[in-house]
Amino acid sequence: MNKEEIIEALKTIIEPYSEEVTALAHIDENTDFINDLKINSANLVDIVLDVEEKFNIEIDNDSMAKMLTVKATTEIIAQKLEANAGQ
Amino acid sequence: MDNRVVITGLGVCAPNGTTVNEFSDAIKNGISGIRHQPDLEALNFSCQIAGTPLLSDERIGQYFTPLELRNLNSTGIIYGVIAGLDAWQDAGLTIENNNEPDWDSGTIFGTGTSGIDKFRWAINKIDALEIKKLGSSVVIQTMASGVSAFISGKLGLGNQVSTNSSACATGAESILMAYERIKTGQATIMLAGSTSDSGPYIWGGFDAMKVCTFKHNHDPEKGSRPMSATASGFVPGSGAGALVLESLESALARKAKIYAEVCGGHVNSGGQRGLGTMTAPNPTAVQRCIQVALKNAGIEAHEIDVINGHLTATSKDALEIENWKVALALPDDSFPYINSLKGMIGHCIAASGSIECVASILELSEGFIFPNINCEDLNPEITNLIDTKCIPQTLIHQPINILVKASFGFGDINACVIFKKYPHE
Repeated sequence: MNKEEIIEALKTIIEPYSEEVTALAHIDENTDFINDLKINSANLVDIVLDVEEKFNIEIDNDSMAKMLTVKATTEIIAQKLEANAGQ
Repeated sequence: MDNRVVITGLGVCAPNGTTVNEFSDAIKNGISGIRHQPDLEALNFSCQIAGTPLLSDERIGQYFTPLELRNLNSTGIIYGVIAGLDAWQDAGLTIENNNEPDWDSGTIFGTGTSGIDKFRWAINKIDALEIKKLGSSVVIQTMASGVSAFISGKLGLGNQVSTNSSACATGAESILMAYERIKTGQATIMLAGSTSDSGPYIWGGFDAMKVCTFKHNHDPEKGSRPMSATASGFVPGSGAGALVLESLESALARKAKIYAEVCGGHVNSGGQRGLGTMTAPNPTAVQRCIQVALKNAGIEAHEIDVINGHLTATSKDALEIENWKVALALPDDSFPYINSLKGMIGHCIAASGSIECVASILELSEGFIFPNINCEDLNPEITNLIDTKCIPQTLIHQPINILVKASFGFGDINACVIFKKYPHE
């Protein structure tokens, strides 16, 4: 799965958690979950759960703490997918 | 100077009606909301019947965002939010999306425990070593104050937001707490109410105590029999009732519809002393609660038109009637009308008081007394105390002025509220 595909899948996951229609329509690597999408910080753990389910990966606490932007999240997902593929 | 407090909005989510109109029609016609519950039968409950509000997904979807609906597994919160928001709207109040909360409005919305299905799910996840999978929705749905927190967020309430808990007296107590807050000038509008979950995990403990009937699994609508000689235990119920309380000044200023006035009341406890225990009421405390409530409201016993009793359909019904009789000390031929809604909806536990208060307010404002059902065979211990004509079994249309509502709960606690018709010029 390439970066664009990951971002596309991530968009679908994030959508229900944000009411910022314009920001949602313009999601790119630099989008920040809290500042741009105004996502309630309590919901970040739910997004991580959805990501785990969607990509069939497990996200550790350290990685979770970094998942505040589309860029960081995409990188972590790519890493975990790669690690899975190497197993 | 103390504020006068009136009721300007009603909302209800009851086993026999989930809108005020539907509920009003049901209680006038003696329509039962008690049904057979296949899940209770499958789990070997002694009592396999119960009363639960019937709500479609479409209706629930009108009150919650799609995100809130994900993983929403607390019937108590669903019932409470529906009743609460309906009452708010019924009062002609709007939901503003202002940056600033409404500092003068709050809520006291009680429960015994809510979100018990969510709690069970979370406990199973934790025990399966899947704590991470709980997500963010467990705390907000299982904290007792979840219901008031959800309501407050939807309405933008900026005054006191709290959940009271006093067993079966919860609903009546919430009204008195809201009343005090407005009376003393600390709030202008308070949404009072209470809610109670549905299902085996909330009712199981009562079933095990053998306080629920096991004799009517095949005729559910006949199962809840307050004041009947064949009363054999209560039928569990669930739902929520909500009432908007408001200072008279505010209600008049915004030309709100006024249903009735809250004149006062009292809450107390028997301290589990004398004849009182964890589960049995101390009669002295019950009588005192009624007497102090009347004194607090400035009402004389002979002015009471209707009593809405606690009357759960256990062997304690006769004791309750005796307590009313002793407390009011009226001549034998002038005991007021008395009715129990539990014949139609069962005992909705923490929600019972608020749902029954909604019924009481409808009686006052529309001028009727709903019929007692399932007591065609009145308990002789009760008819030895009061005349059968005090226990109407058909709908009575007649203006009423003073209605007294009492609820009594485990822990030996009591609440009694006095409502008065508001004279519309």
